[in-house]
Amino acid sequence: MLRITLLSPLLFLAFLSVSFSTNAAMEIQVIGGAANKITVAMVPFQTAAGQPMPVLTQIAGDDLVRSGQIKLVDVSGMQQPVDLAQVNYGVWRSKGADAMVIGQVTALPGGRFDVRFRLLDVIKQTQLAGFSYTISAEQWRATAHQIADLVYEKLTGTPGIFSTRIAYVQKQGKRFELRVADADGQNPRTVVRSNEPVISPMFSPDGNRLVYVSFEDKKPVVYVQSLQDGSRRKTAAFKGSNSAPAWAPDGKRLAVVLTRDAASQIYMLNVDGSGLTRLTQGGNIDTEPVFSPDGNTIYFTSDRGGSPQIYRVAASGGEPRRVSFSGTYNVSPTISPDGKLLAYIGRDEGRFRVMLLDLSSGQTRALTDTARDESPSFAPNGQAVLYATVQAGRGILGTVSLDGKTHARLSESGIDAREPAWGP
Amino acid sequence: MNKILWSALLTLTLTACGTTSGTKATVEDRTGSKADAAMASPSKAGSSGVETTALDGKGVGGSALDGSSYAGDPRKDPASPLSSRSVYFDYDQFAVKAEYRAMLEAHAGYLLSKRDARVILQGNADERGSREYNLALGQKRAEAVRKALAVLGVSEAQIEAVSFGEEKPRKEGETEEAYAENRRADVVYADE
Repeated sequence: MLRITLLSPLLFLAFLSVSFSTNAAMEIQVIGGAANKITVAMVPFQTAAGQPMPVLTQIAGDDLVRSGQIKLVDVSGMQQPVDLAQVNYGVWRSKGADAMVIGQVTALPGGRFDVRFRLLDVIKQTQLAGFSYTISAEQWRATAHQIADLVYEKLTGTPGIFSTRIAYVQKQGKRFELRVADADGQNPRTVVRSNEPVISPMFSPDGNRLVYVSFEDKKPVVYVQSLQDGSRRKTAAFKGSNSAPAWAPDGKRLAVVLTRDAASQIYMLNVDGSGLTRLTQGGNIDTEPVFSPDGNTIYFTSDRGGSPQIYRVAASGGEPRRVSFSGTYNVSPTISPDGKLLAYIGRDEGRFRVMLLDLSSGQTRALTDTARDESPSFAPNGQAVLYATVQAGRGILGTVSLDGKTHARLSESGIDAREPAWGP
Repeated sequence: MNKILWSALLTLTLTACGTTSGTKATVEDRTGSKADAAMASPSKAGSSGVETTALDGKGVGGSALDGSSYAGDPRKDPASPLSSRSVYFDYDQFAVKAEYRAMLEAHAGYLLSKRDARVILQGNADERGSREYNLALGQKRAEAVRKALAVLGVSEAQIEAVSFGEEKPRKEGETEEAYAENRRADVVYADE
């Protein structure tokens, strides 16, 4: 009926390492000018003849472009320097590069590889970073993401998120799979298979567990599952519906929505299911709780004012305050890691779009131009929002930069993906 | 409406004795299928346009039976209001309409007469908007039916109101017709 699959990244990586050049279904769309972007020359790493041709520089380059803060120089036909002495900075400066990445891959005995790269400041003509890795053939993708993280952090001052993971639900016919993939949507691994719907996955703060809602018992029940060994337990299976789980930042408690006492109301409980307390009161819908990063505030969706709007309430209880004001349908709140921005889904003229609200100024703007967006989730560094939308009748996953100008589609064509969540 | 209910009823009856598909073996239950998650979700029936959805929300293949299979169980008698199982709601409305009074009175009567019978009220919602919010909307519909039964004297212990939200649509598609079909709460007996 329901099968749990252990995460086995090594097996999948080995397969993908030979196929991702044809598997690169990712689309990155940049809207508007490239003002304020850092221009990087990503020089393909040199590899000796007969070695496998990793697409390290392509994976890392796509990562950087998807951030919306970096653009790449066309390096076709250019020289391919491997070490510092070979770099002609003037040539790269004339191509518009602010920085460049050079590197080399060498085969080692035992099927391992030495990967070394340097990040250079083209203007100051100095090295910003240099690293070498000894990797197995299964680690190309992970290495590429790590290089992208280092380059991104050196150039922007913000930690990269390219080595993080996302979770989402894939529907194929009548089958549902809860999957965990790299932050670029590649390297997916299935952790739950079911013939009944699965919704609302969320990573624990340490990234080792997922909480989600499964309908396998003919009603919504909240499960917590270990990604390390695949074991799981019912965390909330009370009379009525159990849904909308959210981890507290301490990783020990969850907010959930239960209907055991009345309409959908928000409760808190420990991850082992003990210590149940009720947070919201009343006969209206209160759902989709999320914790602020400090754990002190819960943002949630409620129809207490007549239409669904976003409210906040102290995690210790008290009177909720309304947070969203424009429009008649604002749902699915998610809070930036610094606690200053709230992304949500707002309906305007029949279109459901990802909206961004600055909590201190109250200013709101749309980040997307699509019509059926759902389930927004902030990147761990707060620089992008992951969401689901519908394109040509199929659910797809996308990211959008906070300026709304860089859109990337993560999921491959031909699958129906929904309910994404960004994890550490 | 009667025609639809008749079809649904027939499906239920068929489901009860149909061969279960899927790899996971389950105990066959002549009084109603204990749903197996390995079975397919609702599937569409032929020319009538009515979905062959068993009342537990799962359609499976089956073979024809003679008309005697519901004998003895009033819930399966197409002449009885107990065979009506779906309560439909208007857009953004959660009040049970007057047209369902006779049906719910019949179910309340059955539950009052059979104290060991348990009923699950399954709320649904159309697919527009947030999945979790739609789950709450479906719950509101199931709760409306639960309250109607409670007013008629049915014990809380006999009723559970749950929601499928937009996750198990009886009718798929982005049409008003599909949306209306999915703004619904179904009355499902635990032994079916």
